Amino acid sequence: MAGECVQFLGFWASPSALRVVWALKLKGIDYEHIEEDLLNKSPLLLKYNPVHKKVPVLVHNGKPVAESLIIVEYIDEVWKQNPLLPQDPYERAKARFWVKFADEKVVPDMVSTFMKTGEEKEKAAKAARECLKTLESGLEEGKQFFGGEAIGFVDIAVGWIGIWARIVEKLKDVSLVDEETMPLLHAWLQNFLEVPIIKECIPPWDKLLQHNKGYLVKLTPDST
Amino acid sequence: MEGKESEVVLIGTWASAFCKRVELALKLKGIPYEFVEEDLENKSELLLRNNPVHRKVPVLLHKGKAIPESLVILEYIDEYWTKAPRLLPDDPYQRAKIRFWANYHDEKIAQAITPIIFSEGKEREKVIEDFQQLLKVFEEGIERDFQGKSPFLHGGNLGFLDLVVGTYACNYQAFHDSIAVVFETEKNPQFFSWLMALKDHPRIKETLPPSDKLATKYKELFLPPYSKRIATIRERYLQSPKA
Repeated sequence: MAGECVQFLGFWASPSALRVVWALKLKGIDYEHIEEDLLNKSPLLLKYNPVHKKVPVLVHNGKPVAESLIIVEYIDEVWKQNPLLPQDPYERAKARFWVKFADEKVVPDMVSTFMKTGEEKEKAAKAARECLKTLESGLEEGKQFFGGEAIGFVDIAVGWIGIWARIVEKLKDVSLVDEETMPLLHAWLQNFLEVPIIKECIPPWDKLLQHNKGYLVKLTPDST
Repeated sequence: MEGKESEVVLIGTWASAFCKRVELALKLKGIPYEFVEEDLENKSELLLRNNPVHRKVPVLLHKGKAIPESLVILEYIDEYWTKAPRLLPDDPYQRAKIRFWANYHDEKIAQAITPIIFSEGKEREKVIEDFQQLLKVFEEGIERDFQGKSPFLHGGNLGFLDLVVGTYACNYQAFHDSIAVVFETEKNPQFFSWLMALKDHPRIKETLPPSDKLATKYKELFLPPYSKRIATIRERYLQSPKA
């Protein structure tokens, strides 16, 4: 649209920033990408997200919107092509429910799995698997995506959790999205990450692994 | 659309601000509903069947479909019953700002009550200060984001943020009276004045429980000996990583 100015403040390895990138790409929105250095936050970021000082932030014609899920709903409301949320109020409520569940339950358990070792790690991984199994119940059998036949709000909100689960599985030698116990979720993840428009936004795996390995090194205490 | 009472059922408890928000939304829209009081210490099959994931109130049942999570329910009510009053404005940017501050209230401010309940002495003093700091951020943020057009009691009407924060007014008051002094008007004058104005709004006043009844309830719940349910919440809090 003529006269529209869309800026996106992100960080290449940020999972929540990826949600917004996916939403922008799926809608075919032109935007300026501003890469933030999270160790040295720019005055722009501090100006546009003074409360949390975090990425992602979308700035639309000078107006900032923060928090990835709020940004995605904003994008869906402003740009009507390729709707991300369903039209029906009940289906919308379900979508919002699953997205909240993923962030409030699945993510903390995955963070624990990542940060802990030994028996505590196994306990956290088990809790994470239970949450992921619950998340799976949001998928309808026979439908490719949480959004049905097309990618929707829940897919892009939850997609990065799938990516990160793979990273945690590799770095911590645990099973999270287990094919045997969560066949639907496992299949969804495989499918989703192969969709070209989704795949091309994901940073290179080895770069992501390296970056997350860096957190593990920082977390390891110097003494026992 | 017929307004048969049994078409809309709200499973909730009288003491929960999250449930009161939903009640208020239904009342404002003139939607008849049946209220089912839940005993949280002894959860009913109705609740467990309709919110198997979280097993919490509120849950809205509409034509047999279950919707949990108060903010999700509020948006559902506004989207299904599109008649006035609208809870959220039409403009996407205004909606985004309101959602941001509603989340901030629920995820930061309301959650900051838990550490206060379960701490004591110097630690309690510190978490109370943290709470007051969160209120300050909220005050400054609302001022900055709405620039003179306060989203509270906008034009005398109740909107989304009024429901989110206003229904907590009694709970904060009761908490302040029974558990710990958390409000110092000099520290958070703006938040306090919003809370008092909301509490006095006729529709909110008629919906909220009397704060002395809540204060008694809080003393029962949050002072030892704890019920099994509260003891579990306490355990979870004590084991969680602290900032």
